[in-house]
Amino acid sequence: MTLAAPATSRVEQHVPEGHILRYTFRERLVHWLSGFSYIYLLLTGLAFWSPWLFWLAVILGGAPVSRMLHPWIGLIFFAGIMQMFALWASQMGFTAVDRAWLGSMSHYIRNQDEDMPPAGRYNAGQKLLFWGFIIFGVLLLLSGLVLWFPEKIPWSLRYLRYTAVLVHASSAMATIGLFLIHVYMGVFAERGAIDSVIHGDVTEEFVRRYHPGWYKELTDSSTPRK
Amino acid sequence: MSQATLRVQKISGHAGTVPGEDTQREYTVCKLIDTTTCIGCKACEVACMEWNDLPFGETVFGNTYQTMPETRWNYWNLILFNEHEREDGTLMWLMRKNQCMHCADPGCLKACPADGAIIQYTNGIVDFQQANCIGCGYCITGCPFNIPKFNPETKRVFKCTLCADRVSEGLEPACIKSCPTGCLHFGSKDDMKELAETRAKQLRDHSNFPNAGVYDPAGVGGTGVIYVLHDATQPELYGGLPKDPQVPWSVKLWKGPLKWLGNAAMIGGLIGLFVHYLRFGPKTREDDVEVPHEGAQP
Repeated sequence: MTLAAPATSRVEQHVPEGHILRYTFRERLVHWLSGFSYIYLLLTGLAFWSPWLFWLAVILGGAPVSRMLHPWIGLIFFAGIMQMFALWASQMGFTAVDRAWLGSMSHYIRNQDEDMPPAGRYNAGQKLLFWGFIIFGVLLLLSGLVLWFPEKIPWSLRYLRYTAVLVHASSAMATIGLFLIHVYMGVFAERGAIDSVIHGDVTEEFVRRYHPGWYKELTDSSTPRK
Repeated sequence: MSQATLRVQKISGHAGTVPGEDTQREYTVCKLIDTTTCIGCKACEVACMEWNDLPFGETVFGNTYQTMPETRWNYWNLILFNEHEREDGTLMWLMRKNQCMHCADPGCLKACPADGAIIQYTNGIVDFQQANCIGCGYCITGCPFNIPKFNPETKRVFKCTLCADRVSEGLEPACIKSCPTGCLHFGSKDDMKELAETRAKQLRDHSNFPNAGVYDPAGVGGTGVIYVLHDATQPELYGGLPKDPQVPWSVKLWKGPLKWLGNAAMIGGLIGLFVHYLRFGPKTREDDVEVPHEGAQP
């Protein structure tokens, strides 16, 4: 049984028997655009964060080059998460199931997935990740603009600079926390997740196990969801 | 300065004190600016450009004698002019030579992320090494005196060096040499403090400036450039000299507690995830046999 694509996609994609298309080409492209630009920002940002990690900037083409490119790559990253916002924001609202899911988080951490409330296409953790990256992404952009051109800020507005260094660093730290958990879940904890964001499809078993609410949605109606 | 490196400081396996210890004073250098005897001739501005080979840029006329509104990346020494009306209606023409203050606790150095881009010599001079500068401008944020200036062409930051090249050869900074009134002095911090206090007392006792005093702000650990002011209770009158300059609290927070908190969270997070993997492992394993259920396809 092959189920219909979950999201709008003008590109028909071949999905193997017993698999479900989880991410369209556009979703995957936007994910990796954001992912690769985030990794560059992470490495160069950490180089400026601590003298112990300054060598990261040196191996990435030298610290002046890293300083020059970091803001531009930041704009690409921001464009990426704005695309994500356009694609997914409507699916990221918190429901009663999500609140119950967050309440049962201790089971999720212990891999007792059968005790979890039936998550939809995105579970509550993924929704937190999404909103975290959107909110901290906006904060990083705003503070980053100040840090991009500190010499353009007049002395009377120096508090903008003082605020920006704090906001930029603490927002970055918050995204690093989200990023570590995201990579750990996608690559190590949930087998099949990393493949889904490369090839697009997951096994039906994967959907039944981790997103039973979504599975029910897909199987209940014969027509594809919007 | 160079001879100091050959002076014996410690000796191994030696009973008693180091012979010759403390016979020579270790100087922290200091520039003293007596604003009460400055005539605003700008010889120091010219001398600074001459010695440091800085090209002359456009001046900006703002209805005063001031050359331009603030220092530039290639104009490190600027006399600020201010016409101040006192309570008794008389006018005072305040002039202050503005440049890097060479703080003992430099905010620029604290904020700088680039290895070796800002250094502080043992004699107290704070110097930018443009070869190591990455052009991030964090020093601009760290400085409480609005001194480091960005060169948009080379993407490097510049400021007064206290003529470190001259001082290392036993000479005074160029501005000091050029001063015709003797309002600029250069020497050890102790000597300059003493001279400044003597002058301030003279102003208080004999020149009807009861608030005269020395500006050597403790908030930045004292400075390598100190001022004698007619009214030390109102340093703001002298072209906005901050009353209690500090390294900005946000820079202190960012480079202090936030850094340690962030580092602990990042390392703790990595360890936590690794331990979670050891304890619980992945949610499914490749060798898992899928549990058969109704409607499942082979």
